[in-house]
Amino acid sequence: MNLTLNIWRQDGPETAGRMVTYQLADVSGDMSFLEMLDVLNESLVAKGDEPIAFDSDCREGICGMCGLMISGKAHGPVRTTTCQLHMREFRDGDTISIEPWRAEAFPVIKDLVVDRSSFDRIIQSGGFISANTGSAPEAHSVPVEKRKADRAFEAAACIGCGACVAACPNASAMLFMGAKVTHLGELPQGQPERYARVVKMVAQHDHEGFGGCTNTGACADACPKEIPLDVINTLNRDLLGALRQGR
Amino acid sequence: MDPVATTTLLQGESTARRTSVFMKFLMAVTGALFVLFVLMHMYGNLKILWGTEAFDEYAEHLRTLLTPILPYSGFLWLFRAVLVLALLVHAYAAFTLWSRANGARPQRYAVKSAAKGAVRSKMMRWGGVALLAFIAFHLIQFTIVKVNFNGNFSAAQLHGSTGELVIASFQLWWVTLIYIIAMGALAMHLFHGVWSAAQTLGWTNSAGSRRLAYATAHVVAAVVALGFLVPPLAIFFRLVK
Repeated sequence: MNLTLNIWRQDGPETAGRMVTYQLADVSGDMSFLEMLDVLNESLVAKGDEPIAFDSDCREGICGMCGLMISGKAHGPVRTTTCQLHMREFRDGDTISIEPWRAEAFPVIKDLVVDRSSFDRIIQSGGFISANTGSAPEAHSVPVEKRKADRAFEAAACIGCGACVAACPNASAMLFMGAKVTHLGELPQGQPERYARVVKMVAQHDHEGFGGCTNTGACADACPKEIPLDVINTLNRDLLGALRQGR
Repeated sequence: MDPVATTTLLQGESTARRTSVFMKFLMAVTGALFVLFVLMHMYGNLKILWGTEAFDEYAEHLRTLLTPILPYSGFLWLFRAVLVLALLVHAYAAFTLWSRANGARPQRYAVKSAAKGAVRSKMMRWGGVALLAFIAFHLIQFTIVKVNFNGNFSAAQLHGSTGELVIASFQLWWVTLIYIIAMGALAMHLFHGVWSAAQTLGWTNSAGSRRLAYATAHVVAAVVALGFLVPPLAIFFRLVK
């Protein structure tokens, strides 16, 4: 198939960017979206042009490295990661716009690559369990209720790709934080730091310049790992608990 | 609270009270108060279907509520003070979060599919501003100044009765139209507001409770908007005179 691609080009963090139009012929439906960009880059390099910078790592949909705003949808038209999106989802003659995640807290480094270290700092501020758990313990030594184990596991599926922030009209990272807070807060090991954790994480989130949540659900709709919206509810509930404790 | 791009870890002790989520609690709690208020207000308005005497009597009862423990109009003024305070908190939190959200995405997308989210957020914010303007108009019209726009009714005919003023006002098509538009805005604000408050207060932890919150939001929005529109429409079509 033949495609028209409108792609954001930006030389560096301080320079102004712009949308540039490229024509790409003979795209196979079996290519992944990133392979399609690889092919485009090969043609750019052959012409002596600067290739388009974009993030990728595992290309298996499990690492959370890739992420592009494709025609106005985070990770494109299918609920998956950009690397697992295939060109068969598009049709011959389509015009596709490709932009980086847009958020004050995700500054563009180059072209389609954004700096997501703000997520790392949110985790660093409290999204962990301090107790030394030693070497792999006997799994049944700490009983975990089945319902809680399932919910923690569901939330732990978050790969931190940032699609929730990209899709949110307020560029809020509440779904990401909610996933972490729910993942750790449902488990017995997460209890001692539960209320301190939520306050520290939300404070860092606000400090990074993410917006507030307006409960629109755009994040959960965009999440490639199908993290449900109710993790934000759990985050709110834990913050209320922290308030009651006078934190 | 000001959005700033940073590469640093926040220093010092952070408190729950200074987070953006606390702002949302303030919005949710004051919003819940407004939901109870509009339900009560709507109930009072329906009294006009039984005539202006019933309506004026209800208004008088609001002033004699809890007397003689409280002075005449004492309860009413306390109630008004609470509402004004709640409105200030609600609006302050709304504008603070709105400005945060604007700062959180300085560079907009060239192409953004019309996500349901963006539409709802816009409706809440601009709809909220519209409601604020409507509340000012409504208070001037029926409480603070008591303006009669209808030339067919003389001051003598109204004899200071708010019920008669209501009848005179809603016989005018444009007054009725303003209220129909305002109630549309209120319905949308309530729908997303009730659902959002439930989520913010931590009541929607499962798919079932989420469905319940959505259903409640729909019902509250529909009941309030329709309940408020019955009297103006009944008056406009001369079913109540």
